[in-house]
Amino acid sequence: MEQDFSGTKEPVVRFRDLTLSYGKVLALDHVSLDLPARTLIGLIGPDGVGKSTLLSLITGAHAMQGGSLTVLGGDMRDKAHRNRVCPKIAYMPQGLGKNLYFTLTVEENLQFFGRLFGHDKAECRRRIDHLTKSTGLYKFLDRPAGKLSGGMKQKLGLCCSLIHDPDLLILDEPTTGVDPLARRQFWDLVDSIREEQPNMSVVVATAYMDEAQRFEYLIAMDDGKILDTGTPAELLKKTDRPNLDAAFIQLLPEAKRSGHKELTVPPLEVDPKEAYAIEAEGLTRRFGSFVAVDHVSFKIRGGEIFGFLGSNGCGKTTTMRMLTGLLPATEGTAKLFGKPISGDTMAIRQNLGYMTQLFSLYGDLSCRQNLFLYARLYGIPEEKVASSVEEMLERFQLKEIENTLPKDLPLGLKQRLSLAAAVIHHPQILILDEPTSGVDPVARDLFWELIIELSRRDKVTIFITTHFMNEAERCDRISLMHAGKSLVCDTPAQIVKNRKASTLEEAFIGYLEDADPSSGKKEKVAAIAAAEEPSGVEKNPFLKKISRFFSFQRYFTCAWRENLELLRDPIRATLALFGAMLLMFVMGYGINMDVEDISFAVLDRDQSTLSTNYVLNIAGSRYFKEKKPVRSYEELDRRMKSGELSLVVDIPPKFGQDVEKGYSPEICFWNDGAMPSRAETVSGYVSSLHKQWLDSRKEREPNYRDKTAYSVETRYRYNPDVLSLPAMVPAVIPILLMMIPAILAALSVVREKEMGSIINLYVTPLSRGEFLLGKQLPYVLFSVLSAFLLVVMAVIVFDVPVKGSLFTLLLALALYCVISTGFGLLASSVTKSQIAVIFLTLLATILPATQMCGMMNPVETQEGAAKIIGEIYPTTYMLLISRGIFNKALYLRDLYVPLLVLVAEIPVILTLGILFQRKQEK
Amino acid sequence: MLRTIKNIYFLGLKELISLFRDYLLLILIVYSFTAAVVVASKGKPDSLSKAAIAVVDEDHSQLSEKLFDAFFPPMFLPAKEIGRPDIDRTMDEGLYTFVLVIPVNFERDLFAGRDPAIQLNVDATRMSQAFTGAGYIQQIIGMEVSDFLAAKQSRTLAQTVLRNRFNPNLSEPWFDSVMQLVNNVTMLAIILTGAALIKERENGTLEHLLVMPVNAFEIMVSKIWSMLLVVLISTALSVIFVVHLYLEVPIEGSLSLFLFGVALHLFAATSLGIFLACIAQNMPQLGMLLILILLPLQMLSGTVTPMESMPQWVQTIMQAAPTTHFVDFSQSILYRGAGLEVVWLPFLKLVIIGAILFAVSLARFRRSVA
Repeated sequence: MEQDFSGTKEPVVRFRDLTLSYGKVLALDHVSLDLPARTLIGLIGPDGVGKSTLLSLITGAHAMQGGSLTVLGGDMRDKAHRNRVCPKIAYMPQGLGKNLYFTLTVEENLQFFGRLFGHDKAECRRRIDHLTKSTGLYKFLDRPAGKLSGGMKQKLGLCCSLIHDPDLLILDEPTTGVDPLARRQFWDLVDSIREEQPNMSVVVATAYMDEAQRFEYLIAMDDGKILDTGTPAELLKKTDRPNLDAAFIQLLPEAKRSGHKELTVPPLEVDPKEAYAIEAEGLTRRFGSFVAVDHVSFKIRGGEIFGFLGSNGCGKTTTMRMLTGLLPATEGTAKLFGKPISGDTMAIRQNLGYMTQLFSLYGDLSCRQNLFLYARLYGIPEEKVASSVEEMLERFQLKEIENTLPKDLPLGLKQRLSLAAAVIHHPQILILDEPTSGVDPVARDLFWELIIELSRRDKVTIFITTHFMNEAERCDRISLMHAGKSLVCDTPAQIVKNRKASTLEEAFIGYLEDADPSSGKKEKVAAIAAAEEPSGVEKNPFLKKISRFFSFQRYFTCAWRENLELLRDPIRATLALFGAMLLMFVMGYGINMDVEDISFAVLDRDQSTLSTNYVLNIAGSRYFKEKKPVRSYEELDRRMKSGELSLVVDIPPKFGQDVEKGYSPEICFWNDGAMPSRAETVSGYVSSLHKQWLDSRKEREPNYRDKTAYSVETRYRYNPDVLSLPAMVPAVIPILLMMIPAILAALSVVREKEMGSIINLYVTPLSRGEFLLGKQLPYVLFSVLSAFLLVVMAVIVFDVPVKGSLFTLLLALALYCVISTGFGLLASSVTKSQIAVIFLTLLATILPATQMCGMMNPVETQEGAAKIIGEIYPTTYMLLISRGIFNKALYLRDLYVPLLVLVAEIPVILTLGILFQRKQEK
Repeated sequence: MLRTIKNIYFLGLKELISLFRDYLLLILIVYSFTAAVVVASKGKPDSLSKAAIAVVDEDHSQLSEKLFDAFFPPMFLPAKEIGRPDIDRTMDEGLYTFVLVIPVNFERDLFAGRDPAIQLNVDATRMSQAFTGAGYIQQIIGMEVSDFLAAKQSRTLAQTVLRNRFNPNLSEPWFDSVMQLVNNVTMLAIILTGAALIKERENGTLEHLLVMPVNAFEIMVSKIWSMLLVVLISTALSVIFVVHLYLEVPIEGSLSLFLFGVALHLFAATSLGIFLACIAQNMPQLGMLLILILLPLQMLSGTVTPMESMPQWVQTIMQAAPTTHFVDFSQSILYRGAGLEVVWLPFLKLVIIGAILFAVSLARFRRSVA
């Protein structure tokens, strides 16, 4: 079955008629292609043309729809083949660090992947050290992945993919959002790895055409179709264009190309007498000890296009935030039109237009509504609002889509709309934070046309950040930022000249290397060291160890990682440990059936000794609290309406006399029925107090003999004093331990779906069972601990003793926690977003647990669906056990039936959860 | 000033448009004010329903058989006869909530005036069912016994008449529907404002707004008024159509006074929503915070247990919670028909709590965006 691809030029991947659609959108349109082995293959094209879809199909992360796909000699529809090749494929998904866990450190991330692929401790160590030393990550082993710069995240992502020596490496836009130096380092790293492992095939998707130059074989894609393939030189020759950017545009179909023309930037006419539009002097911002921006100074003229370049996290955005007044500067000053930005920034903001890389208009307002809102917020007079909006719609060619919701628009159009919103009030300064990231070349050029027009025609000062070198070249001046410092600030041509470099990119890399001399050189040394290290004699020796079925190593690796994540999320950890305790506290006191201290007053129209005696009997009980007497019915009405009195005893005139005479007078009790449960209890109290009074009178009348005398001895079993807490607490524990563990566990899987790291389930040897059960383990342990704390709290705080077998109780609670966390996993297997899973879990736990499981009424007395649910739901059995042990002093021998039911439900719940969890994206 | 009002107005309008396009939240709102209210009032049986009862009849007299047949639905399930040795086991297993033991010669002793005693075993772990059920059983026995003895009515010194005001039949649905509505008002106010703010932050639109000539105060007030309006209108519709017309719960007091109070409460609750959204980083965290905050607010507010029956210190703490006063005036107005002269105090307290919450949230919000 398995073929050896080293040595042959047999294609590693073969598509035939591959088709895939997301709903109505066709992502891949009958793609047929062979990818040569042992080659660095580049997949080029703008965002959203199907590159990522194609790659995720190759890795098996996405389920196939139409056509056929052969990867490493086997059909990817075949599950057995997928399992077999998955350890040989490495996949780095799109987005900075998408396969990483941001709260985990570099070391922990690498350990996770290492263990997942079955390396032992020593092997893990060796590989981690080797990989981190050769990528310059070695000194950052203890840093959380989320705190790495963009370039380092991508290097770490690559390390994680390479830890198992794959045959096929798939990189989806690995350098998007990374500075030029880090990009170059990244590619050097890939090259050195390929030298080390010449048999490895690498497929890379990229939106940077300049990068594509270094690939051996290119596939140009657009609209789910392949435009052309060939080596870079072949493509250039075919299109007769000097660079790949232009070549790609040339390859596009005629309709898309139209309207595109070569951009020229008219020279800036500077009036030296004019004041500067933006001035920054020694601008500094510190966050604690971290210096985000370190004494940056620049002066920008009106109408100038000023470019700001640098890697993610170098301080660009912080500088922009200080210029817009969003963030106060720690040191230094920034002035707009000569006015310092401090205190009331309203006047400044009026003159500012702003747009960011992330679309930051309202996705659920139509384009037109968005523009109207922004026009009004900028205080454009109401009578001019409509005309301003029209003007923008015309000028930015948005007329056709004015009623569309922006969330349905492609990125290029969205960015055009953002720009329209940013200039609707004719600002003098425009601040643009990576406005063209992820936008295709044609749309990018269109965008720049508008920017140039704004600058040159309307004299708008433009402050822009970008990663694209060809965009940087269009700026009047550029500044290069690195680690909070501005390295150089000049015209693009001057910068190239000063460095004696041939291109702007080269000049920049030169500056970056000067600024951080350690980074570039060490890399080379390390790469050599890596090459010298004896590579495994046996190819992939550990692959044998990868179990096809359940592996405890992978299981524990998952559990270990989940545990680390949980511990580092304060809100979740608090909820896990103390949430249940807090809620038990609330419910213990909140749901109280002991109605006491009911306020009552008397309307005594008799005022005799006997009537006073009657009232004393009521006032003397612990249930009632006497208030000032009522004198009239109006007063009675008013005081009852306000809720001040819950009960009024209305004693009729001549009550005393009538009793003496044996007329059997009626005493009226006015009871507040607003709260029916309380009213019921009150009426019970009233009748028993009345009986008490009658009995006390009887004793004084020796001749009195009641023929109907009998008594009912009520024995409240298990809770003789009829207190609420002993009844409440044993019922609350099972309910809380259903709800909270379920929510926690439910969030854990869905979080990965939202963050993207679920991809690691799709593309590693991890099985669904190992993944889910591994995730479950920490939650089970946390919940058992929480259960133990609840029992302690019941005994100590609520004074409800455990009368029966404590061991049985804890055993049952532990089993129950396995079920409730399993329940959460089941819920999260079927949902996609965190908020949906919270709703679903709450609905699916609280209602059945409180209403159908015998907390108030025995399950047997229910009917229909409620009865069936009650009989299946585990809380029913846990309630029996909990009450049995707390209240009824029962032991294991009395409770083995419900206990066995709990045991039997565990595999059912877990199996369902595993079955619903997909191993591929759909 | 005019600028501020305009900004608040337009931003609030934007919130409303966004909300009407967010189907998940719309479904939640509609559900909370219709189905949830109906289910709460209809789903839960009256306090005593289908209680499981068994009788140990050692008397086997005419009277004891009459007693045996005296328990029937909907309050009780038909009684089962069991033997004395079964009592412990069946009650341990939770099969019966009540076991009535009629002793040997009960009927004879009764006629002889020897004060015989019936034993009623109650499973007190069944909580409310146990407590109210025991009362009913005693009444039923009393009625059966005096019926049986018919003519031999004895002389009673005095009788009692119990008149339940405001809800003569002590109908639970009356109470539950309105209290469910009250709880949902609080929940939605917090979720809607919280979600609106978090969505705005996650989408980056919040930062965008702050670069424009708009300040934190305007953003916060716009969210408060728009969400307040949505919940207020839904509440009004729900009270009129669902609670009053469909569930046929009589509304005693002035509806407009009630809605005025709801608006005061919403002011406090929406401010709280903003505060929580400032603490939580994302929607899931808000969801978890809600569980920890909302449940105490609801359960300790007096909708489940009357305020006066809670420990004094809980009562003191809950004075600071808006829900307490909301429940207080809702019961006064809707059930007891109270007017402003009665509910001015809870209104005043709500205004104070709302003002404090608003100030704290605004400070926190300003800090979170700075």
